[in-house]
Amino acid sequence: MQQPNSPPGAAFAGPFTTPLLDPDRPTPPGVGGPGEKAGDVRYNVYRNNVTVSLIDALADTFPAVRRIVGETFFRDMARLYVRREPPRSPLLFDYGHGFAAFIDGFEHTRPLPWLGDVARIERAWLDAYHAADRDPLAPEKLASAPQDALPALRFQPHPATRVLRSAYPAVTIFAANRASGPVGKILERDGEDALVTRPALDVFVRKLPPGGAVFLTLLCTGKPLGEAAAAAGGTEPGFDLGANIAGMMEAGAFADILVPDA
Amino acid sequence: MSTKTVIGAAYLASVVAGAVAAGAMTTTAAQAQEKEKCYGVAMAGQNDCAAGPGTTCKGTSSVDYQGNSWKLVDAGTCASMELPENRMGSLEPLERDLPS
Repeated sequence: MQQPNSPPGAAFAGPFTTPLLDPDRPTPPGVGGPGEKAGDVRYNVYRNNVTVSLIDALADTFPAVRRIVGETFFRDMARLYVRREPPRSPLLFDYGHGFAAFIDGFEHTRPLPWLGDVARIERAWLDAYHAADRDPLAPEKLASAPQDALPALRFQPHPATRVLRSAYPAVTIFAANRASGPVGKILERDGEDALVTRPALDVFVRKLPPGGAVFLTLLCTGKPLGEAAAAAGGTEPGFDLGANIAGMMEAGAFADILVPDA
Repeated sequence: MSTKTVIGAAYLASVVAGAVAAGAMTTTAAQAQEKEKCYGVAMAGQNDCAAGPGTTCKGTSSVDYQGNSWKLVDAGTCASMELPENRMGSLEPLERDLPS
């Protein structure tokens, strides 16, 4: 949207937008109005609107993090993140992919070392929500794969599927703070891995059984079933292949199988 | 890593068959509490929209208890919600309290 007599887009937009998230920079040249200070006042309206809208976007994307740290803390933390990492896309629902890493490095959330992982699950939730629709792999199709082909069978991940690992009980904390009821004492201490799927309209976040994250991550990157199962069993003695396959089918983690040529 | 353990086709076949047959077997799911869309209970501007920021549906209801706006509530609680002047929550969009 350009005014007929305005300077060409890039030359105008750069100087205009750069100071929006940096209050220490002066009002860009060319912004004016009646009266000496009018330009500053008007530009500050833009500054405020941009900053608040981006903080609101993060608040909508990370409701569990917001609930954990509280509204005031969240907005202050979000403001710092917005200034450090402004959006690269005009799609607000796509903003905040670096927020979890920012939280990991944020000195004031150091007493909550699991908070970044909760944010990762929340970001993955919204990614899954906006991923392409696709029917998940039907159990009959998996069952009909020829027995000799199974070790070399490859799986095509469903567009919504995300696997996240955490050294903390991030899934339990996420689920407790996304529910509307009161959050009781969280007794879990062990690390939890998450599987995020959206087989139809609703996003599901599941806690993966031991070895499940290794298994699913390998399958998602195109490794054959035999290799993924062996690797997961090798890293996690308690790995239960049958339970993992049943779980991933129920979750709708995959869209199709690729049967190797005989 | 595949050289350490080789998993045989016959073993895989029995595991896959068992897993598929188990069907709706329970997993160690820790899902967020099930929610349902409840129509006609949200205050003006407080309706939910799961699509996140920058989408057009969230917070757009303009009257209290607007019949075609929904809010996520704990599953099983919607239809029993009593609201002022004998209104009830509904799992389906309602004709009442539409903005004029």
